[in-house]
Amino acid sequence: MIAFLIKRLFHALLVMFVISVIAFAIQDNLGDPIQQMVGQSVPESEREALREELGLNDPFLVQYLRFAVNAAHFDFGYSYVFNQPTTDVVLRHLPATLELVAAATFLIIVLSVPIGVYSAIKPRAWLSRFFMGVSIVGISIPVFLTAIVLIQLFAIGVSWTPFPADTGWGAWLNDLITTEGGMPAYGRGDPVPVFGTWETNFASLEGLSYLVLPAISLASIMLPLFIRLIRAEMLEVLQSDYVKFARAKGISPRRIYFLHALKNTMLPVITVGGVQIGTLVAYTILTETVFQWPGMGLMFLDAIERSDIPLIVTYLMIVGLIFVITNTLVDLIYGLINPTVKLTGKPA
Amino acid sequence: MTTLTSRPKSRWERFCDSYLLYSFKRDLIAQISLLVFIALVAVAVLAPWLAPMNPYDLSQIDILASELPPFWVDGSDPAYLMGTDAQGRDLLSTILYGARVSLIIGFGAVLMQATLGVCFGLLAGYLGGRVDAFLMRLADIQLSFSTLMVAIVVGALFKAIFGGGTFSDYAVPLLVLIIGLAEWPQYARTVRASVLAEKGKEYVDAARVMGLSSRRIMFRHILPNTLSPIFVISTVQVANAIISEAALSFLGLGMPETQPSLGSLIKSGFDYLQSGSWWITLIPGVVLVVLVLVINLLGDWLRDVLNPRLYKG
Amino acid sequence: MSLLDVNHLDVRFALRGGDVRALRDVCFSLDRGERLGIVGESGAGKSVAAFSLLNLIAKPGYIAGGSICFDGQELIGLSDRKLRKVRGHRMSMIFQDPMMTLNPVLTIGEQMVECLKAHRRISTREARSISLNKLQQVQIPSPEARLDQYPHELSGGMRQRVIIAIALLLDPDVIIADEPTTALDVTIQAEIMALLLELCEKHNVGLILITHDLGVVSQVTQRMLVMYAGRVIEQGPTREIINDPQHPYTQGLINALPQMATPGSRLNQIPGSMPSLSNLPSGCAFHPRCAFVERADGSRRQACHDQVPEFVTSGNCQAACHMVAEMIESERIPAEEQDR
Repeated sequence: MIAFLIKRLFHALLVMFVISVIAFAIQDNLGDPIQQMVGQSVPESEREALREELGLNDPFLVQYLRFAVNAAHFDFGYSYVFNQPTTDVVLRHLPATLELVAAATFLIIVLSVPIGVYSAIKPRAWLSRFFMGVSIVGISIPVFLTAIVLIQLFAIGVSWTPFPADTGWGAWLNDLITTEGGMPAYGRGDPVPVFGTWETNFASLEGLSYLVLPAISLASIMLPLFIRLIRAEMLEVLQSDYVKFARAKGISPRRIYFLHALKNTMLPVITVGGVQIGTLVAYTILTETVFQWPGMGLMFLDAIERSDIPLIVTYLMIVGLIFVITNTLVDLIYGLINPTVKLTGKPA
Repeated sequence: MTTLTSRPKSRWERFCDSYLLYSFKRDLIAQISLLVFIALVAVAVLAPWLAPMNPYDLSQIDILASELPPFWVDGSDPAYLMGTDAQGRDLLSTILYGARVSLIIGFGAVLMQATLGVCFGLLAGYLGGRVDAFLMRLADIQLSFSTLMVAIVVGALFKAIFGGGTFSDYAVPLLVLIIGLAEWPQYARTVRASVLAEKGKEYVDAARVMGLSSRRIMFRHILPNTLSPIFVISTVQVANAIISEAALSFLGLGMPETQPSLGSLIKSGFDYLQSGSWWITLIPGVVLVVLVLVINLLGDWLRDVLNPRLYKG
Repeated sequence: MSLLDVNHLDVRFALRGGDVRALRDVCFSLDRGERLGIVGESGAGKSVAAFSLLNLIAKPGYIAGGSICFDGQELIGLSDRKLRKVRGHRMSMIFQDPMMTLNPVLTIGEQMVECLKAHRRISTREARSISLNKLQQVQIPSPEARLDQYPHELSGGMRQRVIIAIALLLDPDVIIADEPTTALDVTIQAEIMALLLELCEKHNVGLILITHDLGVVSQVTQRMLVMYAGRVIEQGPTREIINDPQHPYTQGLINALPQMATPGSRLNQIPGSMPSLSNLPSGCAFHPRCAFVERADGSRRQACHDQVPEFVTSGNCQAACHMVAEMIESERIPAEEQDR
């Protein structure tokens, strides 16, 4: 187990190293801190002096090392736009994004496991076919379009009466396709402060109502993927000899499905799926843009538009760190569930 | 191909006998998907001749006719079948041209990523050792960062390096490059996996014993055997590339509004959603979804039929 | 009446091009404590026969007809709930590949206890002590420690011992062993086979041994069936069949054994290969490979091409072959003439 941990940690450090080199290269080539600090009017000689003083003329390696040491202390300089340490700016936006990802993850797990398992157990049932059909349509809809449709349906509302309203079925069909609207679809509302800069949407019904539409749209990308993944893995496991052997032992189908098969299904699902949950952070850029959700993604897009290089670099480093942490956690959980991984830590 | 007729069975005859065609004839969904896909590609390619207006031509645009609804909604103008967008462009024409842009970028990006991925995958799988470790670690890192994230970052970088104006002028090749760079690991991992499986087989040893060069063995002997998984992921990747392009355009990192793709059309309409002009967003949205859906359905069918070893993940 | 009576068993696979008949008209019986071997090439339907006894054939396979009568109870058409009471309890199975048969994420103990608890109302502690006892019977070193180990911590031979222990867990009447030693190292094959034989004898358990190894069958079983292309083509006491095979196919199988070849010459083999089940030859399925389609005088026996052979009895054995039928007939006619 220790050897396993050290190996994972080494891998994580390597990934962070690569990300930091990329981030540094961006900062080095695109950011001109002098311009931001003193503006256009200062003569070239003064700029040169300042450049020398700040160490911007040092060799690449020296500059990178300085960057890396600062990065290890989460010090990436000041944001041009906010005029605050970039780490503070990113951390202020972090809770909103993490809450959105958490809510979406919750939806994905709660829905994908039962649906995936059901459609693997009963592959020919019409409900399974329906789920499979919906999931391939779901994969084909870009996340921002899901968000827009949700806004149109539940925030703006649809009043459409193509069917004759004077007949019973017409009125019923009209009612069915007409939606109220009124769901909040802009920003976070008034989240409840918890600790420091962390404010939560989970503490009040009103806060949750702001979370509903963004969380559903964020979940909508991964949900079909997870359903299909779980179904495919489960179908494969159900073909295996050990499931046949369990049936030959006279074990009840429920125990075979939910213990023998599901536990084996979850192993690949955790490796593939855990990483996918990490990449949800990337998709928050799209969801947050549509819903103006004040998280890191929206901040990042803003930073790109205003060429706020230190903020872009900080975002990349912190998101990179989040990815690395989720990947390492996923590996750990996998190691805990899969008995074959523990080889090194077993007493002889 | 005049020699074909002299062979005992021509390629066409072999295709007619194949399981591929047999299962296609039995699969209604695959048939409909292919039909819709061909129709969409046809109208997109023929857009300059089919579209009622040229949305790139400013002189044809009537700003007074902006935000007109499609024909089935009250207040529509019969001259504009699908209504107009906020700049007064005929929506139908803009969608046709937009689908063309989306398809060009989708196929171009897949060509790009396939070239990169196949080369890297062959190298990694055939050479092994350090090259393999380096390339696969790189692919791992990129995938754990998610392809969308990589595309956004590369897109933002290009925009910062070239400046907004130049970026817009060369948006199509740049987007092809961006999406190609973001998605090559998918190919590389699949190709590497099948190369590793093929490498152990005897025919490769035989080729090596005969003194063929590594490059010849890779491209003439191993590559043809990895074609079926490449073919299957290519369909899915075209769909992914079209979605990626739409996402980038939606974020303002893709096609400019003067030369819109389906994604940038959706983005331009989004601002008018609250004021009730839903069609500028939703009609191109439906076209985008149908296009991606039929490609995905075809990909699903192909995977079921060819059933190659695909890399999980 | 025997413990197990299988009559006219018909198993099919519903494939796209139509049904493929994997088993046709398979009949056999097994007495209490008897050991029966089922032999044949791969694809002959041996495993399908084994799995269909407990209705464990995977879709698209299904039992299309016939009867399986076990201890007075008809198994075909039985509800899954009732069938489950038979599976693992009265009839248990041993699979071919011990590396794939145990669930990799559950401990040996969990996999044994769940089997006991599925059939008996007992506490986990009792179940564990029974499991321990069975592990001791299969001579696994340090059985206590094994209960909490995962399958991957055991070697292939040890896993097969665990599987035998699971098969014996509820003292069944019959064990169906589907090539139980094929996937093992040659060095431990004999060991595992001897163990299985010893335990079956000791507990008076019937054994249906499915294998392509005639040597094993001749050592272990009392009676045997030979299968070809989904049919039983010869059956009877093992010793008699091995010593005096009637059916040309069985003769071929026995002649193909390495010990039957004269030193220095090539091994004898049956020409050709088994036909695909979806495209069987007409008449006797073996006739394209059979050396006896032509009679000794050079004339062709048309029945081999046209008619599916019926079983004919010769001594204690039965064989489905036109040639054998003709020989018996020709022996009987002179006898009848003498009587006159």
